Amino acid sequence: MPVYSEKVMDHFMNPRNVGEIENPDGVGEVGNPVCGDMMTFYIKVKDNRLEDVKFRTFGCGAAIAVSSMVSEMAKGKTLEEAMKITPRSVADKLEGLPKQKFHCSNLGAQALNKAIKDYLSKKKGGGKK
Amino acid sequence: MRKVYLDNAATTPLLSEVREAMMPYLGDIFGNPSSLHDWGDGAREAIGHARTQVAQLISADPGEIIFTGSGTESNNFAVKGLTLAQQAKGKHVLISAIEHFSVLHSARTLEKWGFEVSEVPVDKHGMVDPDDVLRQIRKDTILVSIMHANGEVGTIEPIQEIARITRERKIPFHTDAVATAGTMPVNVAELGVDALSLAGNQFYGPKGVGALWIRKGVRIMPLLDGGIQEEGRRAGTENVPAIVGLGKAAELAKTHMADRIKRLTPLRDHLLKELPGRIEHVVVTGHPQHRLPGHASFCVEFIEGESMLMLLNSKGIAVSSGSACTSRALKASHVLIAMGLSHEIAQGSILFTLGIDSSGEDINYVLDTMPPIVDRLRQMSPLYAKFSKTVKGGK
Repeated sequence: MPVYSEKVMDHFMNPRNVGEIENPDGVGEVGNPVCGDMMTFYIKVKDNRLEDVKFRTFGCGAAIAVSSMVSEMAKGKTLEEAMKITPRSVADKLEGLPKQKFHCSNLGAQALNKAIKDYLSKKKGGGKK
Repeated sequence: MRKVYLDNAATTPLLSEVREAMMPYLGDIFGNPSSLHDWGDGAREAIGHARTQVAQLISADPGEIIFTGSGTESNNFAVKGLTLAQQAKGKHVLISAIEHFSVLHSARTLEKWGFEVSEVPVDKHGMVDPDDVLRQIRKDTILVSIMHANGEVGTIEPIQEIARITRERKIPFHTDAVATAGTMPVNVAELGVDALSLAGNQFYGPKGVGALWIRKGVRIMPLLDGGIQEEGRRAGTENVPAIVGLGKAAELAKTHMADRIKRLTPLRDHLLKELPGRIEHVVVTGHPQHRLPGHASFCVEFIEGESMLMLLNSKGIAVSSGSACTSRALKASHVLIAMGLSHEIAQGSILFTLGIDSSGEDINYVLDTMPPIVDRLRQMSPLYAKFSKTVKGGK
């Protein structure tokens, strides 16, 4: 077993916000099966706040715990606040990640970021129409 | 909670008879086997006895056994030592694409030293075709090293056929028999190889001890220089208790081998047959018939091995995975990729290696525990969601 913190184990064993949002306002997908981890984040935005965040993750224990933690951290935050979530802040919240997992599995913040950007670009595009 | 250890390829437990045999050498009989007094004599005799026990396991001559510190050391010793001893004759080394890292990375080191290494491919079952060996042998080939069986997918390689090819051409042939020696019959004369590696912790002996059998007359360059231990081929004060343990484990393995195989094979076959029946999209990896007696390996599609391993562990089941996430290299298993599996499928690798303590109830427990775990991870998996949408056309 990799040396995971209690927090990582908790989020791995009981992941929060797993699933998909129907008609999401933004979707962000990162990673691929070659590197071993893949995450998709779905967001629902209301009044510039993340009303709902859900995810699906293919990957190791760390990848699942990271996704769960990011979803928890992001929910209810304004878009600007959520964009400030970084791999480092996620790892800190999880009470640390094994060194070799930090880069490969810590993609949650990136996926969330992508989902928010997706939302913003759709909003922009929609406005132009 | 039920505790089920199905990771015997990583290491087997130590048999109590083996531990008993080792105890005196962790106590009163502490002498250095090289010493010329009574204390030394006791230790030296014990090593001699163990050498005979290990030799008998593989039907070899005791004088041809060199004790080492592990299967990894045996493989390093064989690959580097045999190549270096032959370097006046050529510079080409042939291995298979699915060798253990201790052979593969030794070969990489040889490349850095100026030797040339080729890899023989394997088929979808992980089997080497002797004709491919024949095709890849060159005039300057000085070593062939192909494993007896692969620990990750359980496939047993056609060593005898390959040995016929190497013998005709007088090329030394080493086989990594770490997965087979002590587990299934290994007879060096029948195999026709020139060197063979084995390790104690694969057949209920202690960790930190292995052996290299090397046919009389075959030259090898030592890796460790120093004293004259092991006929000057492996210097360093011997790990007497571990060597005694290896000897005892070898003796017990020889005595009980047929019974062990008879018991393990049906349990393995039950798991190989039932698991893909209970879970959709599971592929058996390795050869369906030519495989190690207690070895059942699979790839579970749409999910990743480490997360499966962790959830099984939470239910008391110990297994292993060859996924990128469990490997230090953070790459999918080179074995599964060489067998033609995609990275995506290779990530879902999981292997159950049964041992003498495994029971039918253990296997049934696995068969009952596995499906909800797989289902839970699939519900989380974006790959499974995509699959469900495109193929099933469902929700």
